[in-house]
Amino acid sequence: MTDLQDERLIHYNGIGGAVRGFVSRVRGGDLGSLPVIAALAVIWIVFQIINPNFLSSANLVNLLMQCAAVGTISIGIVLVLLLGEIDLSVGSVSGLAAAILATGSLAITVPAEAGWWLHLLVQGGVILIAIAGGAVVGLAYGLLYTRFGVPSFVITLAGLLAILGLQLFLLGGDGSIVLSDKLGIVYFAQQLFLPEWAAYVVVVLAIGVMTLAQVIQGTRRRDAGLSFTSGGTIAVRNGALLVALILVSWILYRNFGPSQVQGRGVGVMFLFFVALVVLMNIVLTRTSWGRAVYAVGGNVEAARRAGIRVRNIYISVFILCSTFAAIGGLLAAARGLSANQSSGGGDTNLNAIAAAVIGGTSLFGGRGSAFSALLGIVVIMSISSGLTLMSLNSSVRFMITGAVLLLAVIIDSMSRRSRAAAGRA
Amino acid sequence: MPDKAERILALRGIGKRFGAVQALSNVELEVYAGEVVAIVGDNGAGKSTLVKILSGVHPQDAGTIDFFDQTTTIASPTDARDLGIATVFQDLALCDNLDVVSNLFLGRELHRSGGLDEIEMEQRAWTLLRELSAKLPSVRIPVASLSGGQRQTVAIARSLIGDPSIVILDEPTAALGVAQTAEVLNLIERLRERGLGVILISHNIADVQAVADRIVVLRLGKNNGDFRVADVTSEKIIAAITGAADFSEPKRPPVVTPLAAVTR
Repeated sequence: MTDLQDERLIHYNGIGGAVRGFVSRVRGGDLGSLPVIAALAVIWIVFQIINPNFLSSANLVNLLMQCAAVGTISIGIVLVLLLGEIDLSVGSVSGLAAAILATGSLAITVPAEAGWWLHLLVQGGVILIAIAGGAVVGLAYGLLYTRFGVPSFVITLAGLLAILGLQLFLLGGDGSIVLSDKLGIVYFAQQLFLPEWAAYVVVVLAIGVMTLAQVIQGTRRRDAGLSFTSGGTIAVRNGALLVALILVSWILYRNFGPSQVQGRGVGVMFLFFVALVVLMNIVLTRTSWGRAVYAVGGNVEAARRAGIRVRNIYISVFILCSTFAAIGGLLAAARGLSANQSSGGGDTNLNAIAAAVIGGTSLFGGRGSAFSALLGIVVIMSISSGLTLMSLNSSVRFMITGAVLLLAVIIDSMSRRSRAAAGRA
Repeated sequence: MPDKAERILALRGIGKRFGAVQALSNVELEVYAGEVVAIVGDNGAGKSTLVKILSGVHPQDAGTIDFFDQTTTIASPTDARDLGIATVFQDLALCDNLDVVSNLFLGRELHRSGGLDEIEMEQRAWTLLRELSAKLPSVRIPVASLSGGQRQTVAIARSLIGDPSIVILDEPTAALGVAQTAEVLNLIERLRERGLGVILISHNIADVQAVADRIVVLRLGKNNGDFRVADVTSEKIIAAITGAADFSEPKRPPVVTPLAAVTR
């Protein structure tokens, strides 16, 4: 193997080696997603003991559906955090998108007997305008940041207020618009669940494609004389993942729990969110643009000297962040059936940012992955759902979520220090 | 060696002013293929200004730059890179959070069917590092975990990705320990073996004498001597640097026997 010849390298061969290598990484402060998964396990066990309804099929289905909207916003936060920047206005942008969706659908009414294509055109048009609105906000942030060098913290803080104003202006009057349940996006967010067989097909297909990609990669590396992950390791790892996902899907279609409520299964909106996470992960790890995002987050000056157009990277990331915020806002409005003055307000902002950080994306830039949005939001929503089941009101929920966020940031800072000591970036 | 080798770079009468300060005046410099030219001088002698002119950071006010006997202008860092002048700045400009392969190919990644071709990049990285006899344990570890010498190695290797004909190294050994300095000096010899012209900026006379073929002394923005390493003592170099001796005449020292100008 060309790449493993150096005698100083510590080798971790085979499946046992994979486990030992993992232990050594954790000791060196390269925690990966381990603390999140451990925390999630603790949270689930504690809440299950307090209230046996917590891990019931019906509650798990709801939990996942709750994740989709704020989780989508959180993907954008992951991107800006990778650059070492922040966007505090994602809540307002999501509220603006909700307001555009609501006023747009109210203003343009299509007679029910019109052809399906006209409904599609009008509803699709309104959704596109709402998303484009988010993109424009992001473009403005990007231009302000790159032209004037104002810290993103301040720009987006100003944006938070200004866009909230725009949202209130659009909603006008009493400030609350109920969405028609005839809207496609409402059906998508509330009613659209996969049939049980389709859920298994999706899981098997996803794992199949992933395994195929890994095997092709491994073969190419072997042919190139580089080290590669052995077939056994891939089989064990992906097999375990396959079993876990099938088991979770199976539970979602049963009626576990004291109240024997039938679970509705895998929501298409949640699947949509997961697909966005996977897509963003591929873009971040497999394209020059993604590499440039990490480079800018790690060392702007180095990136600039390497010929990366740093300005374009900042602008594109701010645009993407606001776009994801708008999409998340649409999902939230559709699931809540309304757009009102508090859409995107309250804890939306903080939950989105907290999810990215709890999921393991560093506040200091250059470290993290799209999957931290998924992991983090499941943690946040688990806490929220558990506390709601205990019929605690939002005051206690806020305090506990705040404490969890603080804990995540402390872990981030500490593991950063121990990484420096153990020589892992 | 310079007798037969091709002349890559020739600077004639280079001048540069910053406001009221004449940072460089009438500076001459020649670099041949397969030659390591050290530029030495005290603080404020104009070494960094000269490097910045060559790397396109700012253009000269006077004088000409001949590259392979063609007079050219270097107006921007991109121009310098396109000509084949690669500069390794003192701060190295590496991304600590990225691994060695990513740093080597940063800004010019190789692609395959739409995505990054990690395997091809990793292979080329190994080939390049082997040629330089560089001692890196792995190319898939973040640059943050490398030692100072290894980081310097990565920075120098990166400058070779674009296939340059001249590599400029700005104080490559300034922050390094004994073993790491030796490592980098070895690396400079590898560059010479590849037939590259190397310009080495350094404060350290011992390093310079160990690796350079020729030493060009700058003092207060002017040439103050052009010596072959084989026939000069460190006392003489220090005398030239500090101005204790004046080696500035003749204007264009004959490359073969610069010591003809020296009065003993």
